[in-house]
Amino acid sequence: MQNRTRAIRWQEMVTPLVAVILALAIGAGFILFVGENPLAAYKILFVESFGSLRNLATTLQRATPLMFTGMAVAFGYRAGLFNIGAEGQLYIGAFAAAWVGFTFTGLPRLIHLPLAIVGGMLGGALWGSIPGYLKAKLGVHEVINTIMLNFVALYLTDWLATGPFHGGSWVPETARIKATAALTRLYPPTRLSTGLFLALLAALAVYLVLWKTKQGYELRAVGLNPHAAEYGGINVAKNTILAMAISGALAGLAGTEQILGLHNRFIVRFSADLGFMGIAVALLGKNHPFGVILAAILFGALQTGSAAMDRLTAVPRELITIIQALIIFFVAAEYLIRRILRMKEGA
Amino acid sequence: MDKVLEMRGITKQFPRVLANDQVDFDLNHGEIHALVGENGSGKSTLMNILYGLYQSDSGEIFVRGKKVNINEPRVAIDLRIGMVFQHFMLVEPLTVAENIVLGSELRKGPFLDTRRAIQEVEELSNRYGLKIDPRAKIADLSVGLQQRVEILKALYRGAEILILDEPTAVLTPQEVEDLFKVLLALKEQGTSIVFITHKIKEVLAVSDRVSVLRRGRKVGTKATSDTNEQDLAEMMVGRVVLLNVEKEPAQPGAEVLRIEKLSVKDQFGQEKVRSLDLNVRSGEVLGIAGVEGNGQSELVEAIAGLQKTAGGRIFLGEQEITNWSPLKIKEAGFGLVPEDRHRRGLVLDYSVADNLILGLHGKQPFVRRSMWRDDKAVYANAEHVIEAYDIRPPVANQPARSLSGGNQQKIVVGREFTQNPRLLICAQPTRGVDVGAIEFIHQQVIAQRDQGAAVLLVSAELDEILSLSDRIAVMYNGQIVSVMSADEVTEHKLGFLMLGGRLEDYEAHEVSGNAKQD
Ligand SMILES: Nc1ncnc2c1ncn2[C@@H]1O[C@H](COP(=O)(O)OP(=O)(O)O)[C@@H](O)[C@H]1O
Ligand SMILES: [Mg+2]
Repeated sequence: MQNRTRAIRWQEMVTPLVAVILALAIGAGFILFVGENPLAAYKILFVESFGSLRNLATTLQRATPLMFTGMAVAFGYRAGLFNIGAEGQLYIGAFAAAWVGFTFTGLPRLIHLPLAIVGGMLGGALWGSIPGYLKAKLGVHEVINTIMLNFVALYLTDWLATGPFHGGSWVPETARIKATAALTRLYPPTRLSTGLFLALLAALAVYLVLWKTKQGYELRAVGLNPHAAEYGGINVAKNTILAMAISGALAGLAGTEQILGLHNRFIVRFSADLGFMGIAVALLGKNHPFGVILAAILFGALQTGSAAMDRLTAVPRELITIIQALIIFFVAAEYLIRRILRMKEGA
Repeated sequence: MDKVLEMRGITKQFPRVLANDQVDFDLNHGEIHALVGENGSGKSTLMNILYGLYQSDSGEIFVRGKKVNINEPRVAIDLRIGMVFQHFMLVEPLTVAENIVLGSELRKGPFLDTRRAIQEVEELSNRYGLKIDPRAKIADLSVGLQQRVEILKALYRGAEILILDEPTAVLTPQEVEDLFKVLLALKEQGTSIVFITHKIKEVLAVSDRVSVLRRGRKVGTKATSDTNEQDLAEMMVGRVVLLNVEKEPAQPGAEVLRIEKLSVKDQFGQEKVRSLDLNVRSGEVLGIAGVEGNGQSELVEAIAGLQKTAGGRIFLGEQEITNWSPLKIKEAGFGLVPEDRHRRGLVLDYSVADNLILGLHGKQPFVRRSMWRDDKAVYANAEHVIEAYDIRPPVANQPARSLSGGNQQKIVVGREFTQNPRLLICAQPTRGVDVGAIEFIHQQVIAQRDQGAAVLLVSAELDEILSLSDRIAVMYNGQIVSVMSADEVTEHKLGFLMLGGRLEDYEAHEVSGNAKQD
């Protein structure tokens, strides 16, 4: 009898790999079209993102927030929730982390830094649990509420950072956080910080929670079949709120990492859609924490490499956006293809 | 008698299974030929090949004596072969007439000639005695009537050979009777019918001949009059099957379930259970007979804590459990085989092992330090239940979705029964389950009873109620209209009460009816 659940199902990786290869192949067509050599262009892309320790560090730095937001979306998905609100949770988490960072003084790093991280997590968790609560108690679909709360979070933090907590300079940002709350830079002059380790740790934690605990069993059961979960004595409402809170906490960590590791202060609208990119990362990573890590690194690499490709060849950097979109398209198409196949077979 | 159809040596290999292995099949003019076999035995595959949906790997097909090559449904339709699938292919917002003439050239300019369509459908329905309102919208029709539309659709396209793939699976007992009348009428008119089912009673009720498939092979073809229930069950399963459950008389003990004036409303505020009283004692099986939709589902869900009550009280032993959480009720010694295993009973994408701990997942030995899941214990439990309940294939880590209906049901039954609950509710425990598995599940129900469980059995299958119950309660319109000891009950009497008749009337009727006969 073959037993035991495997940690990673390798066949799950086939679709993402095929999607990436297809996207790159179509991208090659575009490159030919603008009169460049695709192999040469991709070589530049690769060297620029992975070719040296420094480039690798830049790639990982770009990937880190995507790991968090990707995991946020994936975690919600596993519990049957479509969290489109990672962006808003990220802002609230970021502001909370910044606030802890610039408000408390004289704390030792060993206390201040963890406190700021926890603050960021709690901020995101709070923001995520609101739609979770509304869904659990009133049955309002989370997609609507998470989208709406994105706007609320955006304007709320706009106001906080330019109003009561404005740092005093002419830029719309808060004061700088104290050095005791900052994450350590790992490989200067790149801006890669220990936030990366935090992300890897979070991935491991998410994996353990989902597949190795009683709570994870309940969360996934609710995601796969809430009626059966209820029958099995699982409190669906409680798990829905919890899932949204954890998902929000992960998104909050993305913001936290950006503040404590990169910007060192809260800057109005700093995120540039990291939360929304998380949806794509989760999709490509098949909603598995380890898959999300790999997907985030790929997206980080594409962003890192695109500037050089733009600079050194006639290929515009928008090509990378197209390739990213194509990857998502092909991964999403898998569901379509599967359905078509199933319809044919299952007559 | 002339053969309208002959299939010879049909073989079809799917990636993992040999679905048809050298199958011969033929159909006479104007006969009903039943094709039976357990789930997965290859019935649908064989008929899909005939209809051109699958290509056989080898074998020949003759229609009206001529060798044919049916490589798509179009060819089958031209050969006047029609097929009614288990899942209907109707356009819901359109009318009956529109659905039936869909795809034909019945046009008036660019538009469908509705008048003529209705007229033609009326003619057709008169000719075959299949009553239907051509103007009704499909979405407004019952499943039974939708199926009738599918049959008319096939007839409209000129079908003389009609294949019905498990047509009764979606019907209520009443609708099944209506369908049988239709089939017999069609036969009278010269239509040749292949009727797929896995219910033996149905074979005996309507067919002229019967062919049995088992694991892709044909076991035999017999005239229906030359066979019987026992014989067919053995041909299907491949071994001796005990159709009648053997059991000792019940030894009822203390009262385990007591329900007082229970009312339950559905989500639309309709009162589905109305001031219902009921009790079940330890060591007995109380069967609830009734046409579906008379409040049985709501009753069960309310006892299980899955639906709030609107009034009344429920006691488990001495304790009142009204509106407790499902978990608390379960922990008080309650087990439930829910009527819909896909919706309630299983997380289909969870492994067999994970499904076997649903509801127990928070208990020893499956968690350590109140938080961590103990994989070893989960799999040890799975191996134990898989073996005790003969779940096949015996692989603990494959998704429940990949198992057959019967084996999925054994997961649910195994999980609930191994907990030895004080009160066990089995709702439609053998729905969509093979003959072999039915026998097994029935034996287990009796074993639970003999161990002292109070068993409440809810079933739409009268046979099941009659063969398992010690007492039988008839439920009608949200109330228990009568509770009888099993030995004072006949199928006929139950049928009368289930449709809302009163016991006094039945007795009066019986007396006068008998008098007339004499
Ligand atoms: N399209 C398919 N691809 C692979 N296997 C199939 C397919 N259709 C049916 N099977 C397999 O073939 C066997 C026979 O199936 P089927 O003809 O549907 O049985 P039945 O109709 O008697 O229940 C089963 O084991 C089933 O899993
Ligand atoms: Mg079938």
